[in-house]
Amino acid sequence: MKRPASRTARRRSRSWRDYRGYLYVLPAFAVYLAFAVLPALHTAYLSLFEWDGVTLGSWVGLANYREVFTDPALRGSVVNALVLVVFFSFLPILAGLVMTGLLALPRSRSGAGQGRRRGMSGYRLLFMLPQVVPLVAVGVTWRWLYGEDGLINETLGGVGLGGWARAWLGDFDWALVAVGLVGTWVLSGLCMMLFLSGVQKIDPQLYEAARLDGAGPVREFVSVTLPQLRGELAVALTVTTVAALASFDIVYVTTGGGPGEETTVPGLLVYRLAFSAGKVGLASALGVLLSLLILVIVYVVNRLSRPERSEP
Amino acid sequence: MSTASRAERWSGQALLAVLAIAVVVPFLSVFLASMQPSGEPVVGMAWPERWSLDNYRQAWTVAGFSDLMRSSLLIAVGVVPATLLLAGAAGYALGTMRLPGGDGVAALFVAGLTIPVELIVVPLYFDLRGIGLTDSYLGVILVEIALFMPFGVFWMRTHFRTTPASLVEAARIDGASSWTILVRVLLPLARPSLTTLGVLVFMWSWNQFLLVLVLMQDAAKRTAPAGLGFFVGQNNTDVPMLAAGTILVMLPITIVYLLFQRSFVSGLLQGAFKD
Repeated sequence: MKRPASRTARRRSRSWRDYRGYLYVLPAFAVYLAFAVLPALHTAYLSLFEWDGVTLGSWVGLANYREVFTDPALRGSVVNALVLVVFFSFLPILAGLVMTGLLALPRSRSGAGQGRRRGMSGYRLLFMLPQVVPLVAVGVTWRWLYGEDGLINETLGGVGLGGWARAWLGDFDWALVAVGLVGTWVLSGLCMMLFLSGVQKIDPQLYEAARLDGAGPVREFVSVTLPQLRGELAVALTVTTVAALASFDIVYVTTGGGPGEETTVPGLLVYRLAFSAGKVGLASALGVLLSLLILVIVYVVNRLSRPERSEP
Repeated sequence: MSTASRAERWSGQALLAVLAIAVVVPFLSVFLASMQPSGEPVVGMAWPERWSLDNYRQAWTVAGFSDLMRSSLLIAVGVVPATLLLAGAAGYALGTMRLPGGDGVAALFVAGLTIPVELIVVPLYFDLRGIGLTDSYLGVILVEIALFMPFGVFWMRTHFRTTPASLVEAARIDGASSWTILVRVLLPLARPSLTTLGVLVFMWSWNQFLLVLVLMQDAAKRTAPAGLGFFVGQNNTDVPMLAAGTILVMLPITIVYLLFQRSFVSGLLQGAFKD
């Protein structure tokens, strides 16, 4: 039997020891707080003001948010970003799935499922390279490929489609598509490698069971491969969608938002509004809304991708 | 069976080859352009008549890419070790100790995983200017560390949680302090995870654009991508030199990628996995 007093003392000393571990967390948390969390909150605060960055700002409540929704240029930038999602996200995922279906087929058919394709690691290295180099450099590269004397037009001319040649990035109908396809080029390899590595983790018995049920290659892909890749699909969807919505680098160096407002994206407008147009509050509101949009999409994707069995 | 599978294998190989060409051609095109005589217009993908590194020499000296690369390197060298140290320590505590409220703190870090630069860059400019940290390597370094910290802590915490608890227990019974356990027992085992985190952070730091564009108004302190982005606006008639600059900006990160390919691939595939 112990006296209550000593028990409390012991509990107190133990709890101090428990908290002592926070000394390891403190430096990381301090930097994170000071240079990421507080600036984010500061953005939210600034979004409630009209401020040119120099003189005294004035409180405007939610007027900046209203302007983001009503101003055609601002709303247009969000619409453009959503169009980019098609090119940054849907097309790479589709390409990745088609490739996975075609490449994984022989392996799943051959039973054991371990027929490693020859030279695959070399291909993997190459396909992920666009993901590794700076997007600015990628943008400059494509700016030149899309140029009037660029490779795209040269190739079109070479195959007798010279009439199609144009300054792609300056074309009102094609500029956004051209920028989007750069994203497709960057992200397809990543999606493909993600799915191919996911396929290797699938239990071969699932394929055998499907085959015993008389499933053909397509049925097999739809009823075994796709559901088993649920986790990888969620990752690909998250990463690529964020890349599209928060895009800045590629647009900045290829079109700068032009021609007109055809390819502006929220990131570009945040930069311009805050640092050239002197509309810091409006830029902040756009930044906040962009982040909320990203957060909602990430949340929904991860919610949907969770396996059905409920976890506590 | 054998003919069918052979046909499948061949169509697979052909498909891979086509995709490989699609990836290579843009890089090759820029490389060939960088070898053309300086200042001349370049059309399509022309084989240079004479191979020379003149454009690179010019980009390096006249266009100031040597300064740009040095700035990039300086920032990366500041960011990578600091991120590893801070994220490693925090991941260790949050992953192996039962901290009261530890899960909540970990969740706070995870919440930052999707913070886009766009959300923080505007006030950062005004706040850091106020304390003299714009046009400063230290300012960019601190912000980048903060930006990469959510992923770093998440990554290291995941790593430390998978190390067997018995290892830590045994060392604790032997009377080792938490610091000794980390340095003597856990760090040697964490090498692969730290390497992967290190190369990813190096890549993110090297490729960072918007942040540097805003925080570095001083042209002499811009990083390589920011300098290239700026350069595009000014010298876009001199395609060969621009191409040389582009190759120069891509070269260091490509070399690191090739040297650490295993860490990179596993990081991009798994790291993306938890994003």
